[in-house]
Amino acid sequence: MCLGVPGQIVEITGNTALVDFWGVRRKVALDIVDEEVTVGDHVLVHVGFAIRRITPEDLAETLAFFEAMTSADLEGLAPDARTLGTGKVEGAP
Amino acid sequence: MPHLARPRGGGRRDLAVNGEDPTLCRSDGGLVELAHGAGGPAMRSLIESIFLAGVNDAEALAMGDGAAILLGDRWLVLTTDAHVVAPVFFPGGDIGRLAVSGVVNDLAMMGACDPLALTSSVIVEEGFPLDSLRRIQASMVATCSEAGTRIVTGDTKVMRRGELDGVVLSTSGVGLTHRVVRDSGLCVGDDILVTGTIGDHGLAVLSARNDLGLDGDLRSDVAPLNSLIRAALTAAGDALHAMKDPTRGGVISALSEMADKAGVAILLDQASLPISAPARAAAELLGIDPLAVANEGKALLGVHPSVTSATLAALRAHPLGRDAACIGRVRAGVRGTLMLDTGFGTRRLLERDGDPLPRIC
Amino acid sequence: MTRPPVEFRDVAAGRALQARLERAMSRATRPITLMHVCGSHEQAIARYGLRSRFPGNLQIQMGPGCPVCVTDAPEIDACVALAQCGVRVLTYGDMLRVPGSALSLDDARAAGARVELIYAATQCVEIARATTEPIVFFATGFETTAVATASVLLSDPPANLFVLSAHKWVPAAMEVVASSPDTKIEGYLAAGHAATITGYGIFESFVAKHGKPVVVAGFEPLDILSGLVLLVKQVLEGKAAVVNAFARCVSRDGNVRAQDALFRVFRHTDGDWRGIAHVARGDLRLRDEFAAHDATLRFADELATATPPALRANLAECRCGAIMTGLQSPTDCPLFGKQCRPEAPVGACMVSTEGACRIWHDHGAAAAGISR
Repeated sequence: MCLGVPGQIVEITGNTALVDFWGVRRKVALDIVDEEVTVGDHVLVHVGFAIRRITPEDLAETLAFFEAMTSADLEGLAPDARTLGTGKVEGAP
Repeated sequence: MPHLARPRGGGRRDLAVNGEDPTLCRSDGGLVELAHGAGGPAMRSLIESIFLAGVNDAEALAMGDGAAILLGDRWLVLTTDAHVVAPVFFPGGDIGRLAVSGVVNDLAMMGACDPLALTSSVIVEEGFPLDSLRRIQASMVATCSEAGTRIVTGDTKVMRRGELDGVVLSTSGVGLTHRVVRDSGLCVGDDILVTGTIGDHGLAVLSARNDLGLDGDLRSDVAPLNSLIRAALTAAGDALHAMKDPTRGGVISALSEMADKAGVAILLDQASLPISAPARAAAELLGIDPLAVANEGKALLGVHPSVTSATLAALRAHPLGRDAACIGRVRAGVRGTLMLDTGFGTRRLLERDGDPLPRIC
Repeated sequence: MTRPPVEFRDVAAGRALQARLERAMSRATRPITLMHVCGSHEQAIARYGLRSRFPGNLQIQMGPGCPVCVTDAPEIDACVALAQCGVRVLTYGDMLRVPGSALSLDDARAAGARVELIYAATQCVEIARATTEPIVFFATGFETTAVATASVLLSDPPANLFVLSAHKWVPAAMEVVASSPDTKIEGYLAAGHAATITGYGIFESFVAKHGKPVVVAGFEPLDILSGLVLLVKQVLEGKAAVVNAFARCVSRDGNVRAQDALFRVFRHTDGDWRGIAHVARGDLRLRDEFAAHDATLRFADELATATPPALRANLAECRCGAIMTGLQSPTDCPLFGKQCRPEAPVGACMVSTEGACRIWHDHGAAAAGISR
């Protein structure tokens, strides 16, 4: 179950934020987001809880990543698509 | 195994005999479900199997909730509607405005843009606030005035507390027209126009239910469309082949039905769909498709492409048609098929039985 | 005011990625089957019509990642039984119409039970606080959703709030699929929002054990297409690594604060998933410390004496399990399209709008990405 929607914090009262989702505002709980958030920050929200802070840099890097994906050579992947290795499959070329 | 039909919280327990409600029948044939009222295939099946059973009149079968009777050189158009909505007062309107607009729009969809008169039956629950009733009535009168018509007769009933949820309005309307427009007249090659933004009413009502906790600019679009449609008919003339208002079941139900009745297919273009920013937001948050929810102040028109520009211009010149757009085209294909080109691919738009539910997944 | 992420839905960029995928698959010497394990991925794929442009030799199979599909009939039966006893039950909309062995919560509601929809976990607290009678929250969903339930239980909830946990842990199901000797799945698209919580590190041992690549992807169309490009590349090159293609939300370690909350409240238990049967460590159940809010304990008597519903006759023939794990297709099931249809579903795959059988039925084989 994953419907997570990104919105922007417009107000914070204690552990609850008022988040703007493209003109619609909802109360969102901040109990489990793992970074300090302030008014103006973007957060990913799922079933009424903020689960992640998204920075403007994150958004820019994502666009750069998509750009890289559509350009010629996938070997030069944008840094955020990190490849972590456990190696090749046996017998593969 | 026989079922005993027991409505939620209702039934005439005061008449109970041996603990059973004698006004209810033992029935082997199933129960009415919420899906039967949702405007989709289940509802049509209910109507066909119960209300149209044994009806042979082709006209009756074709018209749905409106009828046309030839009177000299004009058609007398007659329509009826019932309204149950919760909450009774919602952002952008109320059940009164909904009831009047609903019947005025049903007449307009058949080409009768000058309603002669309306009737209004009110069934209200014991305990319903009189101030609310006053407010609803005022709204009905104001909406009639906007549409250039009036309520000439009505009826009132009160039901015991708990036997009815608040209030039910039933309205009928009558009008005259030289030309009856049907929802079955689409031709291959026609453009599909919508008179404005999609999904506003359904999403506004869903968001108004407190438990969804949405707070924003989303408002119902409920409005009488007769003057808007008059403008469209003037601009398009006979090249306007079919019309339907996408109420319950949304644009998907309305276009599916139009395509099915005409034996055609329709392809919509996602990028052309006019959807307001607040509606888009609510739809994303709730996981609901704006194409699947009710609109109460919009119409779908099927027109020959030669009149598309003129019709759009006429619509956009009217306050209720500012966001009118061409959203798709009629094609030859499997009858009743509605497709959407998303830009990333195409998908089939299917009617679902039952009102869309908010998803979290 | 914010606005929708239109850049992540850019049609031109989408076309370029689709062309990439086409070029890659044109070099493949065999058909390739990949699996995603998330209902929201399926919703996004369906919503944008992505399948209509997948290369013909690429199958994207929907795996057991739709909680609607895998919540087992007895779990729903338990909740229905409580509702029929007169207990007020809260549920997410997704689960309302899913039939258990006999009835769904919606059926129970139509017959007079008090079943209410909620849309945020915090609502069950507000509702419980507004009354003195017991409130049961039917807590369904995978790890992302379980975190919200955990947070509610850690925030001193009212004594009359009880949780009936049917939460599940999706990596355990991936394990079941990958371990099956008959599996044809060559790579996995992992659920981005779940990974926001868990981090992508948890897939490293999976990849090491099974030698199949995992790419963590988000839910916009460009996210999904990029994820598939990266997955296909690895499969064609014989590589098996974890790649994070959702870096704006996912890190290697994930949201540790959320994980702490999750595991303070829940523990893994072995589970029976609808159609798949046994999934080791697949369920999340309340720890003993939260017994006071455990609906199975508070209502043990009601649950024990509830009449077992008559099993629907066709359940034994249902092939959802094999279909969900990609071993069979809907047409292999004797009930498909006959006794089992959207209006009268037998198995979970037909109930859920994300279920493989439902998609196949409504949109055809191509749309379901299922090979005939």
